[in-house]
Amino acid sequence: MDNLVGILEEHPFFNGLDRSYIDMIAGCATNARFDAGSFIFREREDADNVYLLRQGKVALEVFAPNRGAIEIQTLDEGEILGWSWLIPPYQWRFDARAVELTRAIVVDGRCLRGKCEVNHDLGYELLKRFSIMVGQRLDATRLQLIDIYGVPA
Amino acid sequence: MSPSEEFVAEAPVTSLEQGIVDGITGNGGHRGRTVLEREDLDLLFAALAARGFTIIGPTVRDDAIVYDEITTSAELPIGWTDEQSRGGYRLRRRDDEALFGYAVGAHTWKRYLHPPRLMLWRARRNVTGLDIVEQGQEHRPLALIGVRPCELRAIEIQDRVFLGGPYVDPHYGERRRDVLVVAVNCTEPGGTCFCASMDAGPTAREGFDIALTEVIGKRRHFFAVEAGSERGEEICAELSARLVLTAMSPAENEKVDARAARAGRGMSRTVDTTDVSDLLARNAENPRWAHAAERCLTCGNCTMVCPTCFCTTVEDLTDLAGDNAERWRRWDSCFTVDYSYIHGGSVRTSARARYRHWITHKFGTWLDQFGTSGCTGCGRCITWCPAGIDITEELHAVRQTDVGG
Amino acid sequence: MESLLEVPVAEHDIGTDPMLPRPFEVRRARHETHDTFTLTLEALDGGPELRFRPGQFNMLYLFGVGEVPISISGNPGTPQSLVHTTRAVGTVTRAMAKLKVGDVVGVRGPYGRPWPVGDCEGSDLVLVAGGIGLAPLRPAIYEVLARRERYGKVVLLYGTRSPADLLFRAELESWRARFDLDVFVTVDRGMEGWRGSVGVVTTLIRRAPFDPQNAVAFVCGPEVMMRYTVEELRKRGIDNDRMYLSMERNMKCGIGLCGHCQYGPTFVCKDGPVYRYDALVDLFVKREV
Repeated sequence: MDNLVGILEEHPFFNGLDRSYIDMIAGCATNARFDAGSFIFREREDADNVYLLRQGKVALEVFAPNRGAIEIQTLDEGEILGWSWLIPPYQWRFDARAVELTRAIVVDGRCLRGKCEVNHDLGYELLKRFSIMVGQRLDATRLQLIDIYGVPA
Repeated sequence: MSPSEEFVAEAPVTSLEQGIVDGITGNGGHRGRTVLEREDLDLLFAALAARGFTIIGPTVRDDAIVYDEITTSAELPIGWTDEQSRGGYRLRRRDDEALFGYAVGAHTWKRYLHPPRLMLWRARRNVTGLDIVEQGQEHRPLALIGVRPCELRAIEIQDRVFLGGPYVDPHYGERRRDVLVVAVNCTEPGGTCFCASMDAGPTAREGFDIALTEVIGKRRHFFAVEAGSERGEEICAELSARLVLTAMSPAENEKVDARAARAGRGMSRTVDTTDVSDLLARNAENPRWAHAAERCLTCGNCTMVCPTCFCTTVEDLTDLAGDNAERWRRWDSCFTVDYSYIHGGSVRTSARARYRHWITHKFGTWLDQFGTSGCTGCGRCITWCPAGIDITEELHAVRQTDVGG
Repeated sequence: MESLLEVPVAEHDIGTDPMLPRPFEVRRARHETHDTFTLTLEALDGGPELRFRPGQFNMLYLFGVGEVPISISGNPGTPQSLVHTTRAVGTVTRAMAKLKVGDVVGVRGPYGRPWPVGDCEGSDLVLVAGGIGLAPLRPAIYEVLARRERYGKVVLLYGTRSPADLLFRAELESWRARFDLDVFVTVDRGMEGWRGSVGVVTTLIRRAPFDPQNAVAFVCGPEVMMRYTVEELRKRGIDNDRMYLSMERNMKCGIGLCGHCQYGPTFVCKDGPVYRYDALVDLFVKREV
């Protein structure tokens, strides 16, 4: 537990968060490991966890018939995987697959949601941070979409 | 406004005018001016022709004053003046027989030093690749008669562009070396002139071989002649020896000074060039540009008539068999959409951006690039703009609405 | 203002008109991707080899077709083989894509301000390439590797549209295999069989292994990509005067006389194409400049 608290405290994502909140989050957290090639979660499954990647590489994928799995983004160590746990309907939108051996801190999303419902300040602090992350992902995705390397038709 | 009686010098009204008079009369007094009677002007022409120069000068054609090859003073626009206003140009008869009683026409001297179309080289395709068989085009030594001080300044400005950088344009260099300049000082401002604001006139201080100032009155019609170079001095010395040029009297000097002073007075426009480079750089988003863009047709007339605009494009041509190729250079304009084309699109697609680019370059970035302004205040862009856009008005408006001011 | 009437003019002969091309022969022509190709040229006229600095470009002329600026993408240490890489996007480049060994092209150059490779000795180097932008950066990489001990950490971040658009793939793999060079590659769009990263190249900056206090960045790619890259580099702590960008504009002469490549108060052909970012900061955010 102390080890987890230490790791969470040091992570930039939780920078500035009150120590008591870190303890609360650590209270919902465990360590996990995912073998290369295994799925961390799949589309449509209940989004009940959030993952802080400590080592390894995760591919976010969409599976399309006739095309197979299409990777849309790669996340590696230090990144947060998953925000669907925070927003209804709490369902994963994509597959997440460990490309190589991946170790992560898994925070029980349901547990954390419960704590946020009771303590709105905690909820606000988390939402602030996740909004920033989602914003960054959105920016990056938009750049991917406009095909910056293309030549206008 | 043509002078038909003797003109008496009035005291200068502004410090600018005082400066003009000082420039003529200061330190060392009059620079060895001599008198050339009007009827002897052709002897100057002959002296130039005898030295192998083809004479280019102003003449009337197609209801305008243009530059072309002339041989005698009879071909000059005798008794003509121009009425210029924004988007307007017409000739009008004077009530005297002045030879240079106009301001400037649509032509500039750049067509002779920086030709509108020029073959750079011709090559043949052969076993070893390409064989350059011919370079450049022939040119003749030219004597330019009737070069206004603003045009003199324009030539100096283009000298810096073509001869002052890390790469020199040899075609400009050759033509420039072989050109002889007979400047003609202005004695009255034109309808769109603002050379005084750009410190480019109305009197030529340097850069000419010979400078003339026309003095025409009821009784006398003569030219004050000034040599500005060794070549000019040599010609003047010959004409003096033949008594074609005679000493100038104080009274005659006064008349010349009076006309020079008058030329600087009453210019219809002024430009405040204080920090103009920074002003334009920080006003890239000034709403005034959209205002100009609404009227601007991006026709590029301004760049064609501007004596300093120098942009060119390159055309590579080949014959049908593909054995012979030529590279031609021709004038281009930043107002075309293609001008800034890269990778399937242009950088400056809007008229607003193109107008902004031209005026920012002319007054602002030109200074950063070449150390001088790009504008000489000749007023041609104002006269020849079909939409009647006045560059001085645009600049003034931007200054009034300076976002950083 | 002093008069330039006395400026001496170069004698008009074949060696001094800067608009005259020199004939070079194609020794290798290679298609890198579906729209990008590399030409290796050698001088035909027995004249001096064309020594160049990384980041410079040549004006390449195809007989009777036209002339375009093309980045030199080869090793400055072996200038007798002049390597150029470009995309086939217009009339001239599409015609050049069909050149074969033995064909002749005209060359004028080298032109432009180069990457300040020598000035960065002692620093970490972060090279960020987008798409075809890897081509003008490659000579800098060669030069750094030739004197590897003079630099700190060297990182190459390279992004392109898809795995099929990767340039110099074999070379990338051999660089990645080195212990003294970090190479990270990402693509905007994955495809089947691609096991590398997917995402825009800016996402690689956050974790790139360099010390921002002592790093210099060279950035080359589409302007949009460079704009966002610069922001990410600044977030990592690199100052504006420690970043260099390679800009591009329409060029007709390459020698500062035709006016086309103007970018604010500069000419990209002679004040660039490599610029230190602090000189560009105000210009970069202006539109249609």
